[in-house]
Amino acid sequence: MLDVREVSLRFGSRTVLSKQSLRVDTGEVVAVLGPSGVGKSTLLRVIAGLLSPDDGEVWLDGRDITAVPTHRRSVGMMFQDEQLFPHLDVATNIGFGLRMLRRPKSEIDARVDELLALVGLDGFRGRDVGSLSGGEATRVALARSLAPRPSVLLLDEPLTGLDRELHDRLVHEVAAMLRTTGTTAVLVTHDPTEAQAMADRTVRLAQVV
Amino acid sequence: MDADRAALNRLPRWLLPMLALVPVAGIALFYAFPLVTLLARVVRPSSVRDAWHVPGIANVVWFTLWQAVVSTVLTMVIGCAPAYVLARYRFAGRRAALAVVTVPFMLPTVVVGAAFLALLPSTWHGTARAIILAHVFFNVAVVVRLVGGMWAVLPTDLTAAARTLGASPSQVLRHVVMPLLRPAMWAAATVVFLFTFTSFGVVRILGGVANPTLEVEIARRATQLGDVDTAAVLSVLQLLVLGIVVWWSARWQRRAATTFRGAAAPRRVRTARERRMVVGVVSATVALMLLPIVLLVLRSVRLGGGWSLTAWRTLGNDQVRPGVGLGVDPLGSLATSLRFAAVATVISVVAGAAAALTIAAARRHGKLLDVGLMLPLGTSAVTIGLGLLITFDHAPIDWRGSWWLVPVGHALVATPFVVRAVLPVLRSVHPHQRAAALTLGAPPLRAWWETEVRRITRPLLTGAGFAAAISLGEFGATTFLSRSGHDTVPLAIDTLLARTGEVPRAQGFALATILLIACAVIVVVVDTPHAGERQGVRSDARRS
Amino acid sequence: MRRLLAAAVALCAFAPLAACSNDAGPVTLKLVAYDSFPKEKTGVNTALDAFTKSTGIKVQIITAGDTGTMVTKAKLTAGNPEGDVMWGADNTLISSAIDGKVFAGTPLAVDKGDVCVNYDIAWFTKHGVKPPATLDDLVKPEYKNLLVVEDPSASSPGLAFLLATIAAKGDGWQQYWKALRTNGVEVSASWDAAYYQRFSGAAGSKGDKPLVVSYATSPPAEVIFADPPRTDAPTAVSTGTCFHQVEYAGVLAGTKHAAEATKLVNFFTGGDFQAALPLALFVDPIDPNVALPPEFTKFAAVPKHPYTLDPTLITTNRQQWQDQWTQIVLR
Repeated sequence: MLDVREVSLRFGSRTVLSKQSLRVDTGEVVAVLGPSGVGKSTLLRVIAGLLSPDDGEVWLDGRDITAVPTHRRSVGMMFQDEQLFPHLDVATNIGFGLRMLRRPKSEIDARVDELLALVGLDGFRGRDVGSLSGGEATRVALARSLAPRPSVLLLDEPLTGLDRELHDRLVHEVAAMLRTTGTTAVLVTHDPTEAQAMADRTVRLAQVV
Repeated sequence: MDADRAALNRLPRWLLPMLALVPVAGIALFYAFPLVTLLARVVRPSSVRDAWHVPGIANVVWFTLWQAVVSTVLTMVIGCAPAYVLARYRFAGRRAALAVVTVPFMLPTVVVGAAFLALLPSTWHGTARAIILAHVFFNVAVVVRLVGGMWAVLPTDLTAAARTLGASPSQVLRHVVMPLLRPAMWAAATVVFLFTFTSFGVVRILGGVANPTLEVEIARRATQLGDVDTAAVLSVLQLLVLGIVVWWSARWQRRAATTFRGAAAPRRVRTARERRMVVGVVSATVALMLLPIVLLVLRSVRLGGGWSLTAWRTLGNDQVRPGVGLGVDPLGSLATSLRFAAVATVISVVAGAAAALTIAAARRHGKLLDVGLMLPLGTSAVTIGLGLLITFDHAPIDWRGSWWLVPVGHALVATPFVVRAVLPVLRSVHPHQRAAALTLGAPPLRAWWETEVRRITRPLLTGAGFAAAISLGEFGATTFLSRSGHDTVPLAIDTLLARTGEVPRAQGFALATILLIACAVIVVVVDTPHAGERQGVRSDARRS
Repeated sequence: MRRLLAAAVALCAFAPLAACSNDAGPVTLKLVAYDSFPKEKTGVNTALDAFTKSTGIKVQIITAGDTGTMVTKAKLTAGNPEGDVMWGADNTLISSAIDGKVFAGTPLAVDKGDVCVNYDIAWFTKHGVKPPATLDDLVKPEYKNLLVVEDPSASSPGLAFLLATIAAKGDGWQQYWKALRTNGVEVSASWDAAYYQRFSGAAGSKGDKPLVVSYATSPPAEVIFADPPRTDAPTAVSTGTCFHQVEYAGVLAGTKHAAEATKLVNFFTGGDFQAALPLALFVDPIDPNVALPPEFTKFAAVPKHPYTLDPTLITTNRQQWQDQWTQIVLR
């Protein structure tokens, strides 16, 4: 369970987050909506530990992770432009997190295959990441972030910028995958219909005055 | 968008200083320190006065200047046509033509000098014409790459718009194209001037004793006549001129390059007239680029009016009289050059990788290191060699006789090329990559390693290739630093070609051919775009 | 990347093996000499082998360019030399070498000779011209376009000839050379090229110049190496054009084998080595008691009054004279 407790963050003189709280139950998908610039991505980064809040705390599964570095938080993240590692192939990308956890090769291979099946990309193991289409890359990015079984998955507008038809298709597929795996997730988006289709609950972030 | 500004995820404090240590220490010890020593030697008023009184010194300075200016102007004029054709037109064999034009630039200067010695009749040897011609040959690639590179991104609609407004083709050229190309032209002209001003191998082989430039005279005075003081004064004078030129040209280039909007893809040849022009320019350029090289190879197998492999067969043995050699061991020099190249490549790769990683990570201070590393490129090789020679000549740093000073000198010149090959790839790594790795459980150092360091293996290989080619062909600095009996191939070629005998000359051509092949192979292998270079450019794939 | 680093470390570990290393066993002395010092097959080399056999000290010959370049390099590396013993600094350069602290102790004179203009007898007979006898003759119109000299900045005989003209003409030497230039003098970068490529009198040469600056011992060399054998010399020497040369050998300062090096230098002045000198290096031994080969006594002209110059005068002015000469003749 994710519990963000009144985090505040200032960039110089500009206040981006002011006593922002958020609770996400285990297995719940919460969408964070709001106009651009309101601090949605910033909130995600605070949860991930990529930014440190000036005030407030972040608790995950009963543990205060406010001072814990990113790599030990068990927080997965999907970025707006996939951020697949271009020098590694599909399988190595997906297995990256497990490699960091020093899992045995057999376990990693099995998990990679499992996820490839989940996202519908069987046979893509050895593919060069640069040769993937937009939809394929998004799916590999999702598989990669799910592989190490994070306590919470953060999605930073992962489907923004895709063309209409692909976008609509992926919205349903990603929503289904999140449900099937029972992932706790926070989705940032500016599109209310996307929030509706993918999330159990929507939270609107208000502009900080 | 610094994804990891949190102090939690910062890289360990010791990382950057440790990385920066090798390149910074290297530049400080082997470049800055010798330069300071050189300056200190010259600062005495007596040395400047004495140098000025050397007979003929003013002529040398004047000759160096005017041959550089003439070479530059001629290169710019001659290079524009191939630059235009290769940038704006698409045709079969375009890539090959581009490669042919670029290869001379990557060749060692001794090879270029040897090729022109083979090409030109003996009445041209030792003349300024020969030197200028060789310079043009060598530097056309600069114009084609720099000016052509900019010409290629000029939107086609710009010229079309000018034409709809009533401009004739020559008016379009004068009022639209040339002004827009100006920054590139200044850049090219500066580079060509710098290279021709500090040209060593070409002038030494083609100019003989009658037409030395500053660079050649510095080497001659220091290593042959033992007049190090005058050599030092000339070096500093040369540095001054170079500094002024670079500063002046930077002012001109600061006219910001305008950003162009609109497509500018090279187009197919449409009219018969265009076809004639393209074919004419390309074939003339390719022929001119290949002719000296072909003649170099041919002259190595021609003796006494007939074909003969004697020069090649006797490369391992060159006795003038029984027991007495020419003082050069061609095959031995090959072995020496290869050994030095191996060591120099390793040094350059290590220093270059460390430097590139530091520059990419350090932002402001990184820029300083970047500029600092480029300085040896702007300093003439002879000055670097002279500096090293007169600096490390007393205990505890008496390294004069050390074999490793030569590869260090090579590495000084080669490391910037490694950095240039690696840095763009490093800079293309999106900052989110590291964030992604962090969220996947990689500790900060590991995240950095996986997303940045591992990305540079391929460009490092390219950089290593450049370093090896540069080390094999390095001439100016090696003239000062090599020990007797341990000549490198360029030195051996120079000695052989200085002889007027047929066989030593042909041997010189043969050795130059070997060096030519080695460098050309390295450059072609290393400069070909790899499939992996599609890394980091994913935006267009999203549309599918 | 780790593999690359490992390979780099491995290469660096092996690289020092590429450099020369002195073994702790028998001492090998490095003898630095000019390019025309033979590395094998001559009497000098046989004598050095005998030296090795009797003392256990090996001698490795390193050639370092022409004499001028060799001495310059020695001065630039004084105190951290490239070898242990240097052979061949001559009287035109020796003071400069001593001032440059090149030697440990005093260098010893090891041989002598004269640098003179050689002429091709057959050519002059055929053209019915009297061969030149003095320096003044060389500027006369009948000898136009016939002379090859060497660049005094790059060649020891070239420098010697220049000094001869300075000794003869004093301050008027620059006028003399201007006249020589007008008279079509050709300049060669080295003695090898001048003698074997440009001189018509050298065996196997395709050159067309019947006058060349060479040594007084060149005519005997032509007889000794003649194939088929001959009993008369094809060339002779203009005795009024000679400059006296003395060559020295010495222990280089900073050598790690000073004792062995001194042994070698002393060996150079010993009878066996001196006797081998004439036929190997074509110089006269410094030791007057050593017998010369018969060809030498028969065909070598011994000039009665070769030109000489005070060595300190040479040291002070040599560079300026070389530069002025370059300006007058080459530019």
